[in-house]
Amino acid sequence: MRTTMRRTAAITSLALLASACGGGFEEGSSEGEGATSAEGNAALRVLIASSGDAETNAVNAAVDAWEEETGNTAEVTNSADMTTDLSKTFASNDPYDVMYIDAGRFATYADSGALYPYGDQVENSDDVYENLRETFTYEDELYCVPKDFSTLALVINDRMWKQAGLTDADIPTTWEELATVAEKLTTPEHKGLVLSPTRDRVGAFMVQAGGWIVDEEGTEVTADSEANTTALTYVQDLLQSGSTAWHTDVDSGWGGEALGRGAAAMTIEGNWIKGAMQADYPDVDYSVAELPAGPDGKGTQLFSNCWGIAAKSDAQEQAIDLVESLTSAEQQMTNAEAFGVMPALQSLQDEYAEKFPEDAAFVAGADHGQGPVSLPDFEPVLADFDSDLAGLQKGDPAAILESLQQNGEAALS
Amino acid sequence: MRWSRRTRRPRAGRIARRPGRGLRGDEQVAGWLFVAPMIVVLGLFLLLPIGMALWVSLLDWAPSQGDPFAGGGEFVGTDNYSSLFVEEGLARQDFMTSMRNTFYYVVFVVPLQTALALFLAVVLNQRRLRARGFFRSAFYFPSITSSVAISMVFLFLFLNNGGVNKALGWFGIDGPPWFSDPTGIFHLALARVGLQSAPPPLAATEIGGLSVWEWLSGPSVAMCAIIALVVWTTAGTFMLMFLAALQDIPVEVDEAALIDGASTSKKFWHVTLPQLKPVLFLVLTLGLISTWQVFDQVYVMSQGNPDKTTLTPAYLSYTESFIGQNWGTGAAIAFVLFAIILLMTLVQRWVMRDRDRPRRARRTRRPEVVRP
Repeated sequence: MRTTMRRTAAITSLALLASACGGGFEEGSSEGEGATSAEGNAALRVLIASSGDAETNAVNAAVDAWEEETGNTAEVTNSADMTTDLSKTFASNDPYDVMYIDAGRFATYADSGALYPYGDQVENSDDVYENLRETFTYEDELYCVPKDFSTLALVINDRMWKQAGLTDADIPTTWEELATVAEKLTTPEHKGLVLSPTRDRVGAFMVQAGGWIVDEEGTEVTADSEANTTALTYVQDLLQSGSTAWHTDVDSGWGGEALGRGAAAMTIEGNWIKGAMQADYPDVDYSVAELPAGPDGKGTQLFSNCWGIAAKSDAQEQAIDLVESLTSAEQQMTNAEAFGVMPALQSLQDEYAEKFPEDAAFVAGADHGQGPVSLPDFEPVLADFDSDLAGLQKGDPAAILESLQQNGEAALS
Repeated sequence: MRWSRRTRRPRAGRIARRPGRGLRGDEQVAGWLFVAPMIVVLGLFLLLPIGMALWVSLLDWAPSQGDPFAGGGEFVGTDNYSSLFVEEGLARQDFMTSMRNTFYYVVFVVPLQTALALFLAVVLNQRRLRARGFFRSAFYFPSITSSVAISMVFLFLFLNNGGVNKALGWFGIDGPPWFSDPTGIFHLALARVGLQSAPPPLAATEIGGLSVWEWLSGPSVAMCAIIALVVWTTAGTFMLMFLAALQDIPVEVDEAALIDGASTSKKFWHVTLPQLKPVLFLVLTLGLISTWQVFDQVYVMSQGNPDKTTLTPAYLSYTESFIGQNWGTGAAIAFVLFAIILLMTLVQRWVMRDRDRPRRARRTRRPEVVRP
């Protein structure tokens, strides 16, 4: 008897302990209300996923200037593993106030109500490229403003280009020309074109063919379209011709590594390749050209991060003020100079192209760039597509797209 | 009444527990007090999280939806589990693929690593061997090195132009592109005998979203590289356990067997091995548990690629939760994995049970020992 009683007591206390711990979480503030504001000076916490010291320092300097100007304080933390840290911060009762949100993951967070939709309260939000605005719009609301953006372009090894007897006039502008040039650039030592088997590279061909994984509103899956089949068949032809290979086939981690190590004469990458080439392969001369046009004209892919503000933040007004100063035209140009990103504002396009003529091809992509698919629950679907793409050479493009269509529809419903 | 019956037919151990205020009545309080810190620690860091995870596995939840214990997330009952087993879709297909991969992985790794460990231990246990200390350290070394570091080294070894393929090249063998070849080795073997693609009945019949032909693929070439790595790294740990057990076997038994005229192989199979049975059970159990949970190597080396042939339940649980933000499904996978490991261990216990001396026979033959 006594043993039983003691046991019950032990279990009860354990249960009490459990409920006490469970009380650590609390329900978040509901969305749709006006911005919360701190009384007096706010102490904000900012989470960034920096590409390197240059970016961390630039953000820190900008935040310091804002602190001085407004009297608020903001502490910047750099995350090494953004998805995990975001999961943790959103689950907690006291999340970071301001954080980087990746365009591809944006909808998942917006859908669950973790983000505060503030986009239209920012002054220069109208100046943001239309494609980028769409990317960060969920259910007709602009949730956050992008900090910068990247596009894909064709990156060419100058030495190999010359060795193959090619000139500036040969820079491919159509799919046929790309295939010819890749063929000419291929030698036993290196491939003509190396790219990554992912929707984030192959997708550009889908855009050029006039297709995409989802429709413009992002409400319907349009994967099994004729245009997409054309695009995948074209890439398959490239792979089968032997002029093109995936980065994994040439022992590289990504396209930039293949280009730098001389395993590829051309690759398709974004403007982040600049920093990598400078750091790892400073002796390799390369130039950047716009991606060739497909049956439906020019097309590329667009990537971006925005400054998200947490729905649970208790100083949203101050957070918006901070974001406004971080995304001002002046600050975006400073960032461009400091760590080589492209400003997300249309009004800066000419100024940027003038200052960084070698990036003209990247910045030109802003006009016909397609943002990533950003739908809740879509990540496993896209991961499955990527894994199918890796086997494209021997696979059936139509079957790959059909499976993407089915999985996508299941995820959307 | 019951008490008196028990005293008449006492069982070992039972009689020591006396109810009421006996000689040791106060010791109970002290006992609970001594155990309390451990109960709290276990409860807080083991039982409580398991309970929380179980709850999450019944929800459609992501951290951004707030506290799952205060209304965050939607209660969906066993939907997360049925999406893994019953409902047609990507979740089931991924899960079943990971099941197939891990099944082959376990089937290859556990026997191989156990055999290798036993072999190394027997070799090291020979008294005539020189520099035993050196070999013991050398074989054990992979086990104490970080699995991430070793995975990185293997990644370089198994590159298309890496060490392994260069070594194969000396023998005129054209090595495969290890980490980008999704072909199963059973399929490769069948292709050798002329069966290039799936026979229609095998391709048409589906079990859990995968065709029978896909189930029968065997581990992919990429998975084989991971299998080789794991066998190599863990064999050292288990070798140490076998070695300890071998050194526990009295020399007299060995000598008696020799005097009785047993050959070396007979002595090993009929004298040494039966005495290693408890350790064999331990090694097999630990092997089963750790192989079903394989994560590090996949995370570092292949991320489930190529074509999902190195996807494992543990890694899938991670990607579903952290990347796909389907924490409910991720938690459900973890619990299914837990059930599988439990089941496997029970089956193995049953297979390895002591068949020579059934319990009833022992009880009638031996007088029971009555402890005070």
